[in-house]
Amino acid sequence: MSTSTAVSLPNDPKLRGDVVLPEPLEGRELLVRGDHDFHSITEMVCAVNEAPILKTPNGLKFGIALAAAGAAMFGGYIGYLVWEGPGIWGNNNPVGWAWDIVNFVFWVGIGHAGTLISAILYLFRQKWRTSINRFAEAMTIFAVIAAGSCVALHTGRIWMDYYLFPIPNQMGLWPNFRSPLEWDVFAVNTYFLVSLLFWFTGLVPDFATLRDRTNVRWRRFFYGFLSLGWRGSMRHWMTYEKAYQILAAFSAPLVLSVHTIVSFDFAVSQLPGWHTTIFPPYFVAGAIFSGFAMVLTLAIPARHWLGLKDVITIRHIENMNKVILLTGSLVGYAYGMEFFMAAYSGNQYEGFTFLNRMGGPYWWAYWIMMSCNVITPQLFWFKKIRTNVKFTFVLSIFVNIGMWFERFVITVTSLHRDALPSSWDYFVPVTEVFFFAGTFGLFFFLFLLFVRFFPVIAMSEVKAVMPQANPHWEGYGHAAGGHDHAGEHAHDHHAAPAVGGVAGPAVATTGGHS
Amino acid sequence: MAQIFPKWWNQTPGLALFGTVVGGGVATFGLYWYGSPWHTDVGYKPKQPIEYSHKLHAGDLAIDCRYCHAYVERGPHAGVPSTQTCMNCHSQVKKDSPKLPPLYESWKTGKSLEWVRIHKTPDFAYFNHSAHMGVGVGENRAAIGCETCHGRIDTMEVVAQNQPLSMAWCLDCHSDPAPNLRPVEAITAMGWKADLTWSEKARHIATTLNPPGSLSAAAKRGPNGELLTYATAGCSGCHR
Repeated sequence: MSTSTAVSLPNDPKLRGDVVLPEPLEGRELLVRGDHDFHSITEMVCAVNEAPILKTPNGLKFGIALAAAGAAMFGGYIGYLVWEGPGIWGNNNPVGWAWDIVNFVFWVGIGHAGTLISAILYLFRQKWRTSINRFAEAMTIFAVIAAGSCVALHTGRIWMDYYLFPIPNQMGLWPNFRSPLEWDVFAVNTYFLVSLLFWFTGLVPDFATLRDRTNVRWRRFFYGFLSLGWRGSMRHWMTYEKAYQILAAFSAPLVLSVHTIVSFDFAVSQLPGWHTTIFPPYFVAGAIFSGFAMVLTLAIPARHWLGLKDVITIRHIENMNKVILLTGSLVGYAYGMEFFMAAYSGNQYEGFTFLNRMGGPYWWAYWIMMSCNVITPQLFWFKKIRTNVKFTFVLSIFVNIGMWFERFVITVTSLHRDALPSSWDYFVPVTEVFFFAGTFGLFFFLFLLFVRFFPVIAMSEVKAVMPQANPHWEGYGHAAGGHDHAGEHAHDHHAAPAVGGVAGPAVATTGGHS
Repeated sequence: MAQIFPKWWNQTPGLALFGTVVGGGVATFGLYWYGSPWHTDVGYKPKQPIEYSHKLHAGDLAIDCRYCHAYVERGPHAGVPSTQTCMNCHSQVKKDSPKLPPLYESWKTGKSLEWVRIHKTPDFAYFNHSAHMGVGVGENRAAIGCETCHGRIDTMEVVAQNQPLSMAWCLDCHSDPAPNLRPVEAITAMGWKADLTWSEKARHIATTLNPPGSLSAAAKRGPNGELLTYATAGCSGCHR
């Protein structure tokens, strides 16, 4: 499966994850660095989850408090919004959709990377996904919650939101199934539900690990409840693998369909700048682009602070940067193609819209978008840059900014110059700034709680891609950076993570009897 | 290590599923019914200032509805009779009835009787009685009867709301009016039944009706070319 490389890594787990290794002559680079066995992986991942509440790392404590303040501010803002109505936003007559929709599309788009990593890369047997899929999926779920709060609150009279669902009612009214906005309701709800199930299914064996490792009563109850009676038997693992594959197969088309339908919100209307057939693929590429950027924005600090550089190595970051380079180039192509179609169609309204984007009142938004989405990601062609953690972090934030501006450019600049010049207006945000900040508060509050209490790395899956899980593995004595208690693990074939999963600290004994 | 959960916890997935399906179903239906006009409005029977019996006046004495509700064919409101209307008879008839002193009081002081309104539609729903009391011309003229919406008034000692007056209830008839159409002459008839000839004719008339809110008289046709009725043409028919 893999061969060891000639370069020897430093022994410091804080450094060895960042070392760029040359391509191995045969096989692939090991996905986990350092002389880890199953137990040490468990120890490494669970450390933050198992810290007593009062001994929560200070950085994390501060982060949770800050995010909780943001989420609380969001709660207050929602009350203000419901009380006063959307008149507290800067939306004006031609610009009926602004930050509310921009933020919705921004957050939904971010979710897509999580689903791509967890479903599509799984189905294509991309084993490097195992280190990043758990928190990428968590990111998806929390991003969809943030997106949902944008779109549920933008309706104005939010107590009428049930109109969105086909519920029998005394008015004899039914949602308009010919409207893409209605398709969106179903797309986003399906997306949330499937992502949640997928995430939870993957978490069950890891919850069992946490349950078995703790002596604290509430933790045993909490993780025991969440692990659904998982014992790690062969039958459990067979059912688990089947369920996981089925859910992966459900999720895979959602990567494409959800943002396609989001793009229909625009493309099905007849506004120049929105009414374009390129929108679905362009939106999907943009979603994956922004999602991977957000994964990196979250992963780089997480691997640093939680000491996870051995499992999220520079190789993982480089792989993600390659995806960003690809999708960023696709997005750049789509921008170019929009202009080409505006010119080639000879349609003066289409032509005006696009020239107005580039040089109109919102030229600055357009050029922020172009530089962050098209120009800077091209730096990832250089291996030096895409294997540099600091550069990657900065560029990933640029992509986040650029992709937010992309949605702003599409939504606001297309609307603010409509067909009647007398109604032209300029949109300036007012209190929706707090709305956007509030969604970040909510997102990070949920995400940091997840980091605190749930295993951020899919332990059982990472163990399955380690050399020890290979049925033909010849023991610690034969691997690089050898180890001694070889015989005990020699027969741990594919089910090995299960054993590691239930037994935790006692892995050596149970492993010996399996 | 002792067991974390007792054995009966094994039942929880089944119980949770059962609870979700049955409990969810019961809760949905309960809320739906509890909030619906079938529950909140139908049967509304307020106490009126005078114990006036529609059974006696409209049923036994067979006074035409329009004697008191005089504007029903001409205006949006059918109208509640003034004290003068009552006094047309009661200045002579049953002068010493124990129920009538409030009427004579009103007659003496000139202060109106405050009848309690039973049938209400919301402010944002436009309703016009006269539009329902006869539409179409010549052969194609038809109407809705009083009893269709108000029930058998001639049997009610005290009038109660008989139909929910919900939007869905309006739309049910507006998308299929034929079963409720009757000849204009039979508007006030109680217990009126359509014969076969009329039913046939009503189906034809229904296809000629112009839906409220529609801008053209063009009839709608279904996939097989059959004429459809049309009443749900637009929101602005009622929500003006």
